[in-house]
Amino acid sequence: MTVISTHKDTENLTLTFVAEFAADVQRVWRIWEDPRQLERWWGPPTWPATFVRHDFVPGGESRYYMTGPEGEKAGGWWKTTTIQAPNTLEFDDGFAGDDGEPSGFLGTTHCTVALEADGDITRMTTTSSFESLEQLEEMVKMGMQEGMREAMGQIDAVLAS
Amino acid sequence: MVVHELSELEIDRIFQAMADATRRDIIKQAMLREQSVSELAKRYRMSFAAVQKHVAVLERASLITKEKRGREQLVHGNPAMLHRAAQLLDAYEDIWRQRANRIGELLSEPSQGMES
Repeated sequence: MTVISTHKDTENLTLTFVAEFAADVQRVWRIWEDPRQLERWWGPPTWPATFVRHDFVPGGESRYYMTGPEGEKAGGWWKTTTIQAPNTLEFDDGFAGDDGEPSGFLGTTHCTVALEADGDITRMTTTSSFESLEQLEEMVKMGMQEGMREAMGQIDAVLAS
Repeated sequence: MVVHELSELEIDRIFQAMADATRRDIIKQAMLREQSVSELAKRYRMSFAAVQKHVAVLERASLITKEKRGREQLVHGNPAMLHRAAQLLDAYEDIWRQRANRIGELLSEPSQGMES
């Protein structure tokens, strides 16, 4: 995996993230399509995601929850708006309440995913557009701690080798 | 590393302040060295009052601080606040970096191709 570029647009509250993977487009598409594969990477290891529903069709909805180290659960949902297998996916992502249904809390994040073949490599471009700064900060708060811990772990591994 | 929590209002002010090219340049100049508003105003093709307004927006967002010294108003950057604003976006980028790492690991497993 190689991160090619990232672009942060503070004006439009959008993050564009481009990475390349040594696999074909069909293979990379399956990590989005197959909920068992999706849940292995969507949430951080200490907050793994479990997708209880994943209707991967235009207009289809998904429900998931992430389980924290103390067993606490944080729910989320997707509404898939566009699918053009195996290249394009667009969905809205938001927070769910205790009942697992959309809570309306902090609105939705719109995500677009584009997969392009480049020889044996697949380039994946994801864009995340936030509705508000409050929402962006909440997302960051939820993912931040783990990201830092993993980064520290990687540094440790490098230092130990 | 801990990101100091910002209130919604603080974040709004930061992003609003950073959304303008002149204001971004003022931040840059003020970070390089302390200078007066009139000195800053000479750099831009706009009125002193317009530059003063930009400075006020940046001051409200705590990105720069203004100090009266004699007849002059001296402006200097606030690196701590700029650092916090940048961290917010960097942190979200980091979430995607971690996800991409996990995807890379998943794709490198030989048995994965046969799943589902």
